[in-house]
Amino acid sequence: MPKLKVDGVEIEVPAGATVLQACELAGKEIPRFCYHERLSIAGNCRMCLVEVKPGPPKPQASCALPASEGQEIRTDSEMVKKAREGVMEFLLINHPLDCPICDQGGECDLQDQSVAYGRGASRYHENKRAVTEKYMGPLIKTVMTRCIHCTRCVRFSEEIAGVDEIGALYRGEDTQITTYLEHAASHELSANVIDLCPVGALTSRPYAFEARPWELKKTLGIDVSDAVGANIRIDSRGREVLRILPRVNDDVNEEWLSDKARYQVDGLTRRRLDRPWLRKNGKLVAATWDEAFAAIAKVKPAASIAAVAGDMVDCETLFAAKALLGALGSNLLEGRQTGLKYATDNLAAVNFNSTFAGIETADAILIVGSHVRWEAPLVNARLRKAAKRGAKVFIIGPAWETTFPATFLGEDVGIINAVPDEVRAALLAAKRPAVIVGGGGLAKGALEPALALYSEVHSALVITDENEGWNGFNVLHMAASRMGGLMLGYAQGGGIADLGAAKPKLLLSLGADEVDYAAFADSIIVYVGHHGDKGAHAADVILPGSAYTEKAGTYVNTEGRVQFAEKAVFAPGDAREDWTILRALADALKVSVGFDSFEGLRAAMIAAVPALGIEGLADYGALPTGVSGTAAGVIAYPIKDFYLTNPIARASETMQRCSAELLHCETFAEAAE
Amino acid sequence: MADRHLEPDSPELRARWGGWAFNPAWEAKAKAAIARYPAGRQRSAVMALLDYAQRQIGEETQTQGWLPIPVIEYVAQYLDMPVIRVVEVATFYMMYNLVPVGRYHVQVCGTTPCMLRGSDDIMAACKARGMHLGHVSDDGLWTLTEVECMGNCASAPMVQINDDNYEDLTPERLNAVLDALARGETPKTGTQEPGRHTVEPVGALSTLTAMVGENHDYRGEW
Amino acid sequence: MSLADKDRIFTNLYGYQPWNLAGAHKRGDWDNTKALLERGQDAIIQEMKDSGLRGRGGAGFPTGMKWSFMPKESKDGRPSVLVINADESEPGSCKDREIIRHDPHKLVEGALVAGFAMRARAAYIYIRGEYIREAETLFAAVAEAYDAGLIGKNACGSGYDFDVFVHRGAGAYICGEETAMIESLEGKKGQPRLKPPFPAGAGLYGCPTTVNNVESIAVAPTILRRGAAWFSSFGREGNKGTKLFQISGHVDRPCVVEEEMSIPFSELIEKHCGGIRGGRGNLLAVIPGGSSVPLVPAEQIWDAPMDFDGLKALGSGLGTAAVIVMDKSTDIVRAISRLSYFYKHESCGQCTPCREGTGWMWRVMERLRTGEADVGEIDMLQQVTKQVEGHTICALGDAAAWPIQGLIKHFRPEIERRIAEYAGDTREAAE
Ligand SMILES: Cc1cc2nc3c(=O)[nH]c(=O)nc-3n(C[C@H](O)[C@H](O)[C@H](O)COP(=O)(O)O)c2cc1C
Ligand code: SF4
Ligand code: FES
Repeated sequence: MPKLKVDGVEIEVPAGATVLQACELAGKEIPRFCYHERLSIAGNCRMCLVEVKPGPPKPQASCALPASEGQEIRTDSEMVKKAREGVMEFLLINHPLDCPICDQGGECDLQDQSVAYGRGASRYHENKRAVTEKYMGPLIKTVMTRCIHCTRCVRFSEEIAGVDEIGALYRGEDTQITTYLEHAASHELSANVIDLCPVGALTSRPYAFEARPWELKKTLGIDVSDAVGANIRIDSRGREVLRILPRVNDDVNEEWLSDKARYQVDGLTRRRLDRPWLRKNGKLVAATWDEAFAAIAKVKPAASIAAVAGDMVDCETLFAAKALLGALGSNLLEGRQTGLKYATDNLAAVNFNSTFAGIETADAILIVGSHVRWEAPLVNARLRKAAKRGAKVFIIGPAWETTFPATFLGEDVGIINAVPDEVRAALLAAKRPAVIVGGGGLAKGALEPALALYSEVHSALVITDENEGWNGFNVLHMAASRMGGLMLGYAQGGGIADLGAAKPKLLLSLGADEVDYAAFADSIIVYVGHHGDKGAHAADVILPGSAYTEKAGTYVNTEGRVQFAEKAVFAPGDAREDWTILRALADALKVSVGFDSFEGLRAAMIAAVPALGIEGLADYGALPTGVSGTAAGVIAYPIKDFYLTNPIARASETMQRCSAELLHCETFAEAAE
Repeated sequence: MADRHLEPDSPELRARWGGWAFNPAWEAKAKAAIARYPAGRQRSAVMALLDYAQRQIGEETQTQGWLPIPVIEYVAQYLDMPVIRVVEVATFYMMYNLVPVGRYHVQVCGTTPCMLRGSDDIMAACKARGMHLGHVSDDGLWTLTEVECMGNCASAPMVQINDDNYEDLTPERLNAVLDALARGETPKTGTQEPGRHTVEPVGALSTLTAMVGENHDYRGEW
Repeated sequence: MSLADKDRIFTNLYGYQPWNLAGAHKRGDWDNTKALLERGQDAIIQEMKDSGLRGRGGAGFPTGMKWSFMPKESKDGRPSVLVINADESEPGSCKDREIIRHDPHKLVEGALVAGFAMRARAAYIYIRGEYIREAETLFAAVAEAYDAGLIGKNACGSGYDFDVFVHRGAGAYICGEETAMIESLEGKKGQPRLKPPFPAGAGLYGCPTTVNNVESIAVAPTILRRGAAWFSSFGREGNKGTKLFQISGHVDRPCVVEEEMSIPFSELIEKHCGGIRGGRGNLLAVIPGGSSVPLVPAEQIWDAPMDFDGLKALGSGLGTAAVIVMDKSTDIVRAISRLSYFYKHESCGQCTPCREGTGWMWRVMERLRTGEADVGEIDMLQQVTKQVEGHTICALGDAAAWPIQGLIKHFRPEIERRIAEYAGDTREAAE
């Protein structure tokens, strides 16, 4: 813990800190463009210069200089001021003066810092450099003349995404940042470079010229496009969500976001269910709320009712439906739309126990049936970090392009019954061994043998300070509603088949768009949801609900992390928040659910499942012991198209374009712009 | 350098260079280059391999050679490198030709030491023969480039043409060299100054006179 | 003061005799190298320190001390590496080329001796790409040395295994900077690294690495054979030994010559170069150490000792001892502007002040050349050079700034004259 002085004030900083970090700890803001906490240090922008004694009599790049005992750092001296002004001037001489038409305007580091360090007038009388635009795909818009060559985007793709596709070509003042042959940046995290770019060189293509940051209302939300629960900021104007950005949460998404989570938003305004519909003579016709409720009341389901939850539903909606069914005398609840039926008596056995941050520190990892890059891109970034630190990674399942070294053991899930010696040895030798079972594995019965393997490995662990409390058994879900649903009892012993077998008079579909509705041919299907997708097409009654940006709610991610999202905008047209629909439905069916307000609902939910009232990791207790079983069959990954996994994404033009261009290699005419 | 650019990717380019590979002679050199670096560090050989690729293409096209995109991809694959990293290297270093060049790449040094000794006249003499900077002459023989200091300052001005230097030039001496090359001859390389051997003071050797006639061993005089 | 031929290290400097092993043997190279190694690492390093040799690559860092920074034993199995800087791209410099093409065995033997002293397993000689024929010679010399058992396994029968590899550059001055060279050796763009870590801690492939200039390495075997006292008997205190000078520009006979350190400029020029073209009175200015050092006007350089401290005292430097002589016919502003172009062309583009500043400085220099400028722009340019100098990752930024500062310091009236003349011309034309 070196002690040093920043502007005369002595502070102690953690060993390994840089001078920049020391200055920040001392409360001094250090301007920077290239430095970013989550990327390697480039030290190229030279904006963070400070004066350091002892050292050469010239300013030092604080981002790259280790803090050490006895240093005297000045951030406020004449030398420092001049140095920063000088660098700022250099950055500006070839930077266009197009702030009024630049989408970065208002949130541009260069703009902000030029206020602090810029000269009033330019002394540069030569022609400014112009750089041709580079095509980087459907998500990233480039204006490369604005580039200040900080190389954050290059480092992000290489280091975090693990897809080396952006580079700095040529040299000197002719250096140009580009993707290879201007191919679209093609990985699931590509758009993060937009946030990283400190200027307006890389901006959001779908959001181009949409709005200025100060016009936007900012709401804290949780992403529902997968089970990671990325923390997001929803920027809206009026009724429209204009963009979604990541929020920093080191435990969950760090500060990244998947392209789908970021860009499915344009799907929120398309194919929306904005009024109730009733099926009459086989055709859906528009109806009023009263007509819809009357039609449902006529069914008189009594206890012959079942509910199936979709992948993006919040806990409050799940609880409201559960209360409704309970009042009617049914507990036929299921959320595993596609037929999974793993045991759920011990939730630790189906949870991502190591946590995302923890999996980074695992040193041997066996993945059973998960295409992690598509099922949870942010977890894949963590796996890459683990691999970079030396973790050995093995995967059972069809090969996919990992972004890190990994060994594919074969496509047959049966490998988990008796893993190869090499894998067993690696797991046994590890200090922090981990197993990850994905949807493809769960479908083929991998849970039990994986638990058996892990408990064997775990019991052989030599417990030290390094792995005290380690639980490396993980299930990686794909549905944002999964863990919340399991906590609320949305699981039958036989899975959704049990619901079909019960032949309910009424099936309540809570935005369930992946269900095979043929199994419910004899049921009246009431669909509460927001998009005209598969569920709506099968429905007899459609009650228009709210998408995740249009309601407050609780979500539990695949780590068992309880998180609360706020409401950003109002749902369109006649659509309402889901819980109010279910509350009204109770009236129509003449039962009482015991709450009349959102607060009342939440209180009842928390009374029933206290863990849902505490933000953070839920405690599911210890892993089950003595589990055994065998798995069989060839693994098939559930996701066929990363960009089109949910009804919002399927309605999104941007996601469709990504799918076509990045996965199916169709080219789009630029003229369409 | 601002006009340095990659030859655009096109179906024709792919058709012409798509299946390109090292021939056995250059492949042997490539293997030897890779062997100069520790196992797993084969990427260190990227500069050598790009050079060999350019040279093989030079042989195939009867020019100094250049690096079409598919060939850059081939080298990347050969070394198990991301293509963008190889493109970075190919565009960074000036000796990789990114577009086709002529039979002879006439590289006139224009940096101050050569300038002081008349490189303007050398450049003018090239242009007088119809060469244009950055272009291949109509007969396909010449590509003209102004280059930075070539380390021949004590025998300036100089040009490097493909693999050889011609030093102590005057426009007349340069023309003689170029004429000879155009005729398919192999002119004398190095200094063109009559009576000069290499970089000694011409005509007035001030040191090491004993070395001229014999491989003198000075140790006896220590 | 005058160096006798018997005290010259590079006796085949002009290549009158064959470069090959047989020829080198006759000149005394590879003469019982085993005995040199048997003195032991520490003794070799001490001898080098005592000799007073300062690095010949430009910065003049004491060579023996540099070697002593290398780890005495590998703590984690990482081997140490010697990298030899044969990138010679500094305008005016043309000495390493002569060593490589005419006396390559001095370099290869030096590689073994130096590598052994710093406990390195191998040496990589990074030769600039444009030295094509020179590289051919070097490859051949290395092959000869391998065949003769001088390097490789049990080098010279010493029991020490040592490899020497040649790596060709491909046209980038910046690769002469030692960390850029390491990046380039690793197959990347030659962009300098941030320091710390310093190469001696983590250099090539993360291994402890020392980078030395060709001349620094090639003189080492002779220093060891003849002793530190012999070498340090030449030159002034702190500026010892013999040195290859390269004289270009406006002298009667440009040449490369080995001379005693600290030789006065006048003597160097008159003895070896036939004097200034048109006589002493025709001398305008001299760039005494390669393009990176500020010029020195005629009256100050004439009696100056050509060594590190002597030229530093004049606000310039010895650099690589590449002496660029300019007589009164020189367009001095153009001569410096052309160097500004060089630095703009060679900037790696990594850091802001150099990437943006070199282009800016060159463009202003071009206008000063023609006079199409405002007098105030001279001071502005001076300020811009100060904004670049000391603010960059590597010393290329400094190197780009200094020549301009030298010009403004010594030739401001000439620049002002041009500006006035241009303004007058345009006024006339407008009338
Ligand atoms: C831009 C730049 C270019 C350089 N070019 C060379 C070069 O061509 N040859 C060289 O020996 N040193 C060059 N150097 C100096 C090297 O970085 C390094 O100091 C030198 O090789 C050390 O060798 P020495 O200690 O034997 O002098 C250059 C430095 C800079 C900053
Ligand atoms: S000073 Fe110039 S050459 Fe050196 S690192 Fe910065 S940009 Fe590159
Ligand atoms: S300036 Fe031309 S060779 Fe040096």
